[in-house]
Amino acid sequence: MKRLISIIYLALITLVVNGCSSSGPTRNDAADVIDKGDAASSVAKPYDSSAIQPLSDPAATSLDSGKIIYFDFDSYNVDEAGRELIAAHANYLTTNPAARIRLEGHGDERGSREYNIGLGERRGQAVKRILELLNASPEQISIVSFGEEKPVDYGHNQDAWRQNRRVEIVYVDG
Amino acid sequence: MKRIMSIFCVLCMSWSVSASAALTIEITQGLEGATPIAVVPFSGTGNEPENVAEIIAADLRSSGRFAPVSQDNMISRPVIPEQVRFPEWRTLGVEDLVIGTVESAGGDRYNIKFFMFDVYQSKKLLGFSVPTSRSSMRFDAHRISDLIYEKLTGTPGAFATRIAYVTDARRGNEREYKLQVSDFDGHNPKTILTSKEPLMSPAWSADGKQLAYVSFEDKKASIYSQNVMTAKRKKLVSFEGINGAPAWSPEGDRLALTLSRDGNPEIYIYTLSGGSLKRITRSPAIDTEPVWSPDGKILAFTSDRGGSPQIYKVSVNGGRAQRVTFEGKYNANADFSPDGKHLAVVHGESGRYRIAVLDIESGKMDILSDGRLDESPSFAPNGSMIIYATQKGDAGVLAAVSSDGRFRQQFTTSDGSVREPVWSSYVK
Repeated sequence: MKRLISIIYLALITLVVNGCSSSGPTRNDAADVIDKGDAASSVAKPYDSSAIQPLSDPAATSLDSGKIIYFDFDSYNVDEAGRELIAAHANYLTTNPAARIRLEGHGDERGSREYNIGLGERRGQAVKRILELLNASPEQISIVSFGEEKPVDYGHNQDAWRQNRRVEIVYVDG
Repeated sequence: MKRIMSIFCVLCMSWSVSASAALTIEITQGLEGATPIAVVPFSGTGNEPENVAEIIAADLRSSGRFAPVSQDNMISRPVIPEQVRFPEWRTLGVEDLVIGTVESAGGDRYNIKFFMFDVYQSKKLLGFSVPTSRSSMRFDAHRISDLIYEKLTGTPGAFATRIAYVTDARRGNEREYKLQVSDFDGHNPKTILTSKEPLMSPAWSADGKQLAYVSFEDKKASIYSQNVMTAKRKKLVSFEGINGAPAWSPEGDRLALTLSRDGNPEIYIYTLSGGSLKRITRSPAIDTEPVWSPDGKILAFTSDRGGSPQIYKVSVNGGRAQRVTFEGKYNANADFSPDGKHLAVVHGESGRYRIAVLDIESGKMDILSDGRLDESPSFAPNGSMIIYATQKGDAGVLAAVSSDGRFRQQFTTSDGSVREPVWSSYVK
């Protein structure tokens, strides 16, 4: 049953993604200007980034395929394994409308850092488009690109780079 | 004649932040034809905190233009003009001679008196008295190096400057990202921000007092500016999507930056007073890494609108962008030379990423570095050197190359991986 759904999804995705070049979200937030005043006393301390924890984690319960989609060099194409994985998450998001995910886009270390931020975002958008085509709501999905700043493999070779070109699906407290 | 001029280098560095591991310069490719110069040890009080003559000699050596002779070869060690015997310096083949004294001026205050002579013409070239203090003696020694360099080369030195850079170290399962500032020679390093989430793209304001940078501390990218002395900081922009690549205008009133709030990365100009935004580029490509021309009229930026990343330029008023780089498949992350005639870029070719300099008018591109993953070129404020990030073994290190590619040096450190160096303008 799951397999059949996957196949239908994949056919649908292949059809639509190839002919689609939507430019993604256009929502604008107001500028968030905060004067931290005498932040001098606190800047030397590391920031506590542990506030955000995964909520319901479909990968741990209903999926074996995990939450990471890998990409080829200089590419934003999602391969079949990736599409299957995305379809499972889309299924979860549509049946759990309160669920929220963050797509974290990453690249390998080659080339300039800010350009790689741009590439990471493109990968995140490619995944988001597929999720939306599978009826996940745009409000459920945010994208953050870390470019080459958070490698999983710190090596400087093809194997490391392959591990680092990825989109991670992170479930967040919406 | 003892004509001593006085300069007031009033500079009170009140760093409110912690010190960290220093970078050390190591010259990796020498320069033939460097001018032989002698910097004689200055006489001192015995308790001054810095060896001023050693700092000056190291500065001059690090420029690639001068070869200070070893103290061991000096026949005499004059400290005042009356003690100088020119023939013995001619024998050593030295063209110029620097001598001086460090005198106590009470408490933490000192006076550095120095003279420079043309050995062949037996002529005084410089004579200054520099009031200084315990804490600013090292930086004032760099200012003396600037005076010497300018007198001998005709262009200002870039020794009384700083660099900012990002370090990244593993602490157990966590990463520790630091934004650091040091003197141009890696001494006096200070951590101005520490975070478990990435910090990137530091950019100096023209007055050398502020850094703008990108922080992911909120699990998303935001652009901050921070006073490097007081550590006071301010979140400037934090839109949905990319908030990146800040670059100060020469007047310091605006930042060019990259936002993807309209769907894909575009260049904007953000006005600091009032926070208004003006969109400059309009293309479905990645447009990022803006940098201002020194006259403030043009932005150069990276775009893959032609299929692969290349450098383009556009008026700060917007309008049509023109492609600037044509050589090679990959050119990104440009920095203007201070005279506006050249762009340093990351140049990718056959799987190697190296630093190249483009002559904007002729389109001629010279590759200056010899690494495999070199990035983040930044010109010294006098245009003489370019600092950049490279790999040494598995770690990221900083390196500098003269703008003609003939002289190279590396900065080594024990403090994890170092990257994204940016050279400040002259510190006032």
